[in-house]
Formats: sequence, structure tokens, C-alpha cells
Amino acid sequence: MSANPNTSSLKDAAIAAVVTAVLTVPMLGLKLTPAPEGLVFDKHFLLVAFAVLAVFVVQLAKPYIRLPKFGGVGLRTPESFVQHPGRWWAIAIGLAAVWPFATQVLPFLGGRGEIDIATAALTYVMLGLGLNIVVGFAGLLDLGYVAFYAIGAYTYALLSLYFGLSFWECLPIAGLLAGTFGILLGFPVLRLRGDYLAIVTLGFGEIIRLVLNNWDSLTHGPDGIGNIPKPGLFGHEIGRRAAEGGTTLWDALGIPFDGAYPVIFLYLVALALVAASLFVINRLIRMPVGRAWEALREDEIACRSLGLNPTVIKLTAFALGATFAGFAGSFYAARLGSINPESFVFIESATILAIVVLGGMGSQLGVILAALALTILPELARGFSEYRMLVFGLVMVLMMIWRPQGLVPVTRPRLELPE
Amino acid sequence: MSLLEVSGLQMRFGGLVAVDGINFTVQPRQIYAVIGPNGAGKTTVFNCVSGFYRPSAGSIHLEGQEIAGQSGHRIARRGLVRTFQNIRLFRSMTAVENLLVAQHTKLETGLLKGLFSVPAYRAAEKHALERAAYWLDRVGLRSLANREAGNLSYGQQRRLEIARCMITEPKLLLLDEPAAGLNPQETRELDHLIRDLRDQHDVAVLLIEHDMSLVMEISERILVMEYGRPIAEGTPEEIRHDPRVIKAYLGEA
Amino acid sequence: MSDFFPQFLQQVINGLSLGAIYALIAIGYTMVYGIIGMINFAHGEIYMIGAYVGLITLTAIGTAAGYPVWLMVSVAVVLAVLVTCAYGWTIERIAYRPLRGGPRLVPLISAIGMSIFLQNYVVIFQNSRDLPVPDLISGMLFTIDFPVFTVGMSNSRALILFVTVALMIALTLYIGRSRMGRACRACSQDMGMASLLGIDINKVIALTFVLGAALAAVGGVLIGLSIGKINPFIGFVVGVKAFTAAVLGGIGSIPGAMLGGALLGMTETFASAYLPTEYKDVVAFSLLVLILLFRPTGLLGRPDVEKV
Repeated sequence: MSANPNTSSLKDAAIAAVVTAVLTVPMLGLKLTPAPEGLVFDKHFLLVAFAVLAVFVVQLAKPYIRLPKFGGVGLRTPESFVQHPGRWWAIAIGLAAVWPFATQVLPFLGGRGEIDIATAALTYVMLGLGLNIVVGFAGLLDLGYVAFYAIGAYTYALLSLYFGLSFWECLPIAGLLAGTFGILLGFPVLRLRGDYLAIVTLGFGEIIRLVLNNWDSLTHGPDGIGNIPKPGLFGHEIGRRAAEGGTTLWDALGIPFDGAYPVIFLYLVALALVAASLFVINRLIRMPVGRAWEALREDEIACRSLGLNPTVIKLTAFALGATFAGFAGSFYAARLGSINPESFVFIESATILAIVVLGGMGSQLGVILAALALTILPELARGFSEYRMLVFGLVMVLMMIWRPQGLVPVTRPRLELPE
Repeated sequence: MSLLEVSGLQMRFGGLVAVDGINFTVQPRQIYAVIGPNGAGKTTVFNCVSGFYRPSAGSIHLEGQEIAGQSGHRIARRGLVRTFQNIRLFRSMTAVENLLVAQHTKLETGLLKGLFSVPAYRAAEKHALERAAYWLDRVGLRSLANREAGNLSYGQQRRLEIARCMITEPKLLLLDEPAAGLNPQETRELDHLIRDLRDQHDVAVLLIEHDMSLVMEISERILVMEYGRPIAEGTPEEIRHDPRVIKAYLGEA
Repeated sequence: MSDFFPQFLQQVINGLSLGAIYALIAIGYTMVYGIIGMINFAHGEIYMIGAYVGLITLTAIGTAAGYPVWLMVSVAVVLAVLVTCAYGWTIERIAYRPLRGGPRLVPLISAIGMSIFLQNYVVIFQNSRDLPVPDLISGMLFTIDFPVFTVGMSNSRALILFVTVALMIALTLYIGRSRMGRACRACSQDMGMASLLGIDINKVIALTFVLGAALAAVGGVLIGLSIGKINPFIGFVVGVKAFTAAVLGGIGSIPGAMLGGALLGMTETFASAYLPTEYKDVVAFSLLVLILLFRPTGLLGRPDVEKV
């Protein structure tokens, strides 16, 4: 365009700086603060100056800097993992199962706090794996996934409150109910494409939350439900003392109670659930139903032309994805002991989506790594917790620009042809 | 009994009549071509026949059964499959996976059977792989079995798309401009492939094509369309000399 | 009977002014979707930022300084429009333009990320609590006394309606008559062809975002003045509702956005009269679901035939 590259990039930089000033002077520089006499400004012009300067400099330097293309850099999954993921998962889960016991002997490996964080992370792993079915494999952008999580949680909470059912009894019911809702919510969205599908599922998620918040007689509304019992093992409880007439696991095992034990137990339950989920999902994606999901994502019209019924494929994706969320939800209720609708807001759906997107849609390994990263890193950076969501949003945008295929792009397994 | 019978086919989009008064019949194991200038409505006819459009009027009989207005996947299960002008492969899946997906309707899809890898399931999967291998051989893509479909060359993608159709054991194969973008050598190979499919696999072929030499070589009957209406129907000899056809393609003499 | 009519009338007035706000924001969604086929998830936050800049301007001017109300409000609106246009332009440039033409999910996720980013950006750098907006436009435009009930339209509501209608007319004229407007229409019909004909589609798309942002900003400032408080979270729900309005009227159609806004405003107002107020959001979301199920092209939209 311009004859002299220097003046044109100077002009671009100036324009960018001016735009940045317009963006930041009011919103960044003049912070509205309530005061007795009304609203006053908390001025932060240093911040504005910094932002403007930074943008100016970056724009000037842009023609001279070669940003490494993150697109090419890869965590390439090793060949043996792609071909036989099962054995690698088994090893990983084995190590994960041993870890909490190891911390008892080698305290530097972690303590109660770390195990608890890991348990929360495992919950998100389950959620990520479940949403990965819907978004990653079937390509259906579900923004209301948190609804199924909520259904699972409330199912256990209510069943234990009204019928005294135990965690293990409620777990399959929660999964089944969530899966049923998955089908119910899936039916209406069958004919919708991408963006519309996303926003309708968002609407469903919000509707469910609003109903949970307002149907006081059933769900106790905003107060939520408390006193949700923790899971037990073969009827033994895991608390310090058992309720009337019950026994604790520790009595049954003949070991003295330690505060860490219930935490470890919960962790192992979560790990077991994750392991089961991994096993099932790994099988599913190598089966016709899993291939059909991926084919649907790739090209729905081609699917129809081959006799595949997109309705059934979409519904199975929704139903199975929802089921895993249901399991995760009931575990969540059991672990926390009390739930309320505020835990199931849209931001949760967005977080789980971020996990799937970051991990690499369709990549189990990627989703697990992303779930661990997104749950554990904020814990490490406690001081920056108020920036957490800001960084989330930013990371989502940046990932789409630089590396839409995710951290760990999917590698297709090699199939051996006979004869 | 004829395999495909189309009569009085009409397709309107709002006020626009895209296709009207289309009648033709395809016999089993016949190669039938639909030709005409661009915009003549040929792909619209395909879309109606294969269930992607609901025709505004007319009837379509497949082996005597009315299929007009039925959904695409149901028609496909009845044995009518198609390729697309813009090649619709499952691009990030491998060639062999494309062929496995195509066999979906014939495989063991029970969830529990698959989860626990029951012998019936394993046998079905093995059989599916064998059939996929056969068809990959047939179209010369065996060495590229594990290559992502999106990474194949144009000609290879076209062959894969046809193999994917054939693996469903169809009775009628609709090919939408199969020779588009192929060089003369590849077109010759396509010619042989279509004939072989008809001879060895008992399939009738309905094709849309612009490559006149291929059409004249291979078709047994031809329907010529212009502006959504039929202007001639007959054998290649008849069509070659039909004044209306010549006028449509070349304008007034 | 005696108090049904006046209550009904009041609901209509309330519903229309609520609908006017939805219409202002819906236009942004519908124009962007009409041109690039994507839901700008961040649009609701643009509206919210408009409200904030309006309040910042008013605070900076100092509402006790004795300037005439119309001047203060106009300045606030103008500045809000300028700043949100800058935001709209920047967002398109940074988060959407690089992703054009890729798989459908990618720009959508980027938009969601942008929405989360903007909302939290305001939470951190402004306040997360409610902030009060000075009651500059007080008083009633008119009241009609009925035996049991008094129907009235407040000045702020009247202003919203008036401004909305004026802006709609202006926008329709612009899109219909100007060169740029023609270019916009061409792009929404066939982007490829438009670019082959020499239309600078980047400019057209940027303009679409900017126009949408401007209208949303006006809505933000007016709503702030009308309701009396703002917080960083007003963008989300209003955003989804405005999108509902856009879809209801027919996505891609500007008159549709107006119609949809009016209808949604009325439906929500009437529903909240007969249902517990907490459920009024459910009404909007349910309406969205229902339209997308049964008439996804909306009332004024054209049926979309799938290209095979």
C-alpha cells in the first residue's frame, strides 16, 4: 500500500494506539467507585498509558517479529499410545491410585489439601470426557451441559433426602435420569445447526437452573439441599463416627481413624469413576456408534446419504454425554455434602467447554490434561483468583486463533487390513 | 420391473420452479446419464431422487415403492446411494474408517455387545475390515488405507467416495459429475470402473456428467435437461442428432 | 373489566419500551448473523460496556453541574457510542476476522471466550457491584387516570421508544438507500460475489459490527438511566433475550429485529404479570427454544434451503 514500509507501520501503530486509548481511557482509566457523595473516579491512567504504549510498540515491531506458529508445534501422542491406549491408561490410573497412599508415607508428595484438589480435578475430568463425546466426537456444540451435572447432583441429593438411598444406589439412577434428560433435550435440537444448537442448549441450561432455583417445594430453591451423605463402602461409613446403628469403614478394617482417610476414599471413588468412564468411552469410539459420531461431525449430509440416521446418532451422543455428567454430578453432591443452584451456572458449562476445546476436541488425553490444568493451575495461583475467568476467556480466544485443534490433536489409530 | 421410475417430478423453491415435468426410467444394471447446460436442474433432480429435497410434485418409485419425499437416509437404506459434486468424504477420518462408517447399517451396533467385545461383535468388525480391504484394493487405494481422507489427492478422493457408496451394496448408484477435475487418463479409468461396477456388482448407475465423450461412451440412455425441463430422452445416437439438444448446447445454428 | 383495560394498557406500554431495548440490541445480532452467519456472543457485553461508558461520562460531567439534561444525556450517548464502536471494531478485528472461513465451531468458541473476557474485564477494572445511575430523566410523560388504576408512561420509557423508532428509521433508510447500505445487503446475500464485484467485504463486516455496537450502546445508556443501576452482568441475559428477539423476527432481517423485540418485550411483560417474576427469564428462554424448534426462520425471515 504505502511506498515506505516504515511510515505505514508507524501509521498503523498510531491508529492502534489511538484505538487502545479510546478503549481503555474510560473503562480502565476511570474506575467508578461509590462514595458518600455519589460516584467518584479511581484514576488509573498509568495503566492506560502502559496499554497504549504496549500496543504502539507491538504494532511497530510486528513486521520484524516472526511469531512461532503454534499451529505446527505439537504434543504428538506417541505411536504406542495411539494404538493401545488401554495399557497406558491402566498404568496411569494405577499410579494415580497409589499416590494418596504414598503421600502418607512420603509427605512431600502431597497432603490432604492436594488430594482434595485432585478429587475436584477428577470431577472435571469426568465432565470433560463426557462433553467431549458431544462436542469433540459428534461436533454438537452443547452450551448447557451443566444442566445434566445439576440433574445428577440433585437426583442424589433428593433421593437420599426423601428415600434414604445410598450413594451407590443413586449413582446409576442419576446417570440414567441425566441420560434421559439428554434425550429429551436432544430431541428439539436435532435439526439445528451449529450456532442455533449452541444457543438453544444454553437456553436449556438456564431454564433448568432457573427451575431448580424457583421450585422451592421440590428443590428448596436458592437454599439448596444440605446434609448429603458421603459415599460408603459395603454399608460402612467413612466419617469419624458412624450414625446410630452404623459402622465405620475404619472400624471394619480395624484401623484408627485419620482425617486424611475420608479424603483419600473420596479420591479413590472419583478415580474409579474416571477409570470406568475412560474404559467405556475408549470402547465406544472404536465401535460403530463412535465412528458414527465422528462421521456426523465431519459431514451430516454424507451420513444421510449412506443410510445413517442423524437423529439417532445425535441422541446417543447427547444421552451418553449427559449420563457421564449425571455421574459426575452425584459424586459432586456427595463430596461437597450440600448443593444449590448457584453451582450450576452457565460459567460452568463454559469452563467445561473450555476444557474440551483446549484439550483438543476428540482427544481423550488432551481433555484430561486440560481438565487437570484448568483445575489445578488456579489453585497454585491463589493470589490471582479474581483474574481466573478473565484468563479463561482470553485463553479460549487465543487457542482458537493460534491452535484450534487443541493441545493434543487427535491422531487416528492405524487399522491393520487383513490378507 | 424397472428399478427407478420418475414421473412428473417438479421442484419449486418459493416462486421459482427449478425443475418441472421430469420423467425417466432406469432399469436394473443400466447406465443412465442426465446431461444439460449448467443450471439445468440436474443436481436438483438428484437431490429429489436421493431424498435431500422433498419434491413439490410428482412421484419417484424405487423397485415399485414410492420414495418421493422420504428422508435421505431411509432411501439410502433401500439401496440408493449417491456421490456429491463437491466430494463429501469424512475428511479427518482415514480412508478405511470412511469405509467402515459406510457399513454402519449392516454392522452389529448393540452397545453392550460392543462394550464387552462379544465374539459376534468381533466377527462383525473383522468382516467389515475385510470388506473395506476388498474395496480399497478395487479402487487402488489399499496403500493409503490409513491416510486421512482429506489428505488424499482429488482423483483418489473421488475413487474413495465411489468405493464408499459401493460398500453399502446398493442397487442404484447416483454419480454427480464423477469425471469433474479428472484428466483423460483418469477419466478412462473411471469409465472402466463404472462398467465393472455394473457388470460385477449388479448395480445400476445414474450419472450427471459434462464430459460428453464419457457420456456417449458409457451410457445406454440419456436424458437432456435445460432450464429445469426435459428436452430430449433416448439413446446416445438419438441424442447426438437431436436438433433441440444441439441448439441447447451450441445455440442457434 | 374496569381495571382490566388500564392494566392491559400499562402492560402494553411497559412491554413496548422493554421491547425497544431488545430491538436495539437485536439489530446487532441480526446484522452480524445475516452477513457472516455467526452469533456474536460478545454483543451483550458491548451493550453493557455502553451502559458503563454512559455512566462514566455522566459522572465525569458531574450531574450537579447544572447543564441541561438533554445535553448531558446526548454527550453520554455520543461518547458511549464512540467507545463501543471502538470495542466492536476491535473485537471483530482481533477475535473474529482471523477465524473467518474456518470450521463453524471455532469462531463461536472465540466469541464465547470474548464474552467471558469482556464481562470479567469490567468486573475487575470497574466494579462488580451495582452502580447507581443518576435519575436524570424523571417524571411522567403522561398519565391517564382510570377509576381504579392510573396508566402512565414515564419520560424515560418514552425516550427509549422515541429514540428506538428514530434509529430504526434512520438505519433502514441508510441500509436501503446509501452505497454502503447496498454493499451490506449485497454481502448478506452472497459474500463471494460481492467481493468479486469489488466490494471491500472487510469494511462491510467491520461496519456491521460498528453499527450494531452503536445501537447497543444507545440502548445501554438509556436503560441505565431508566432502571437506575448497572452491573457487569446485565449483558448476558439481555444478550440472550435480544438474540431471541432477533430469531423471532427472522434472523438477518432488520425489521424482523424490531418486530421480534416488540413481541418479546410484550410477551415477557405480560408473562411476568401472571407468573412469579423469577420465571420471566424462563419465558424468554422457552420462547427461544420454541421458535427455533418450530419456525427457525422467524416471522419475517426467508426459509433456508439446505445446499447439498
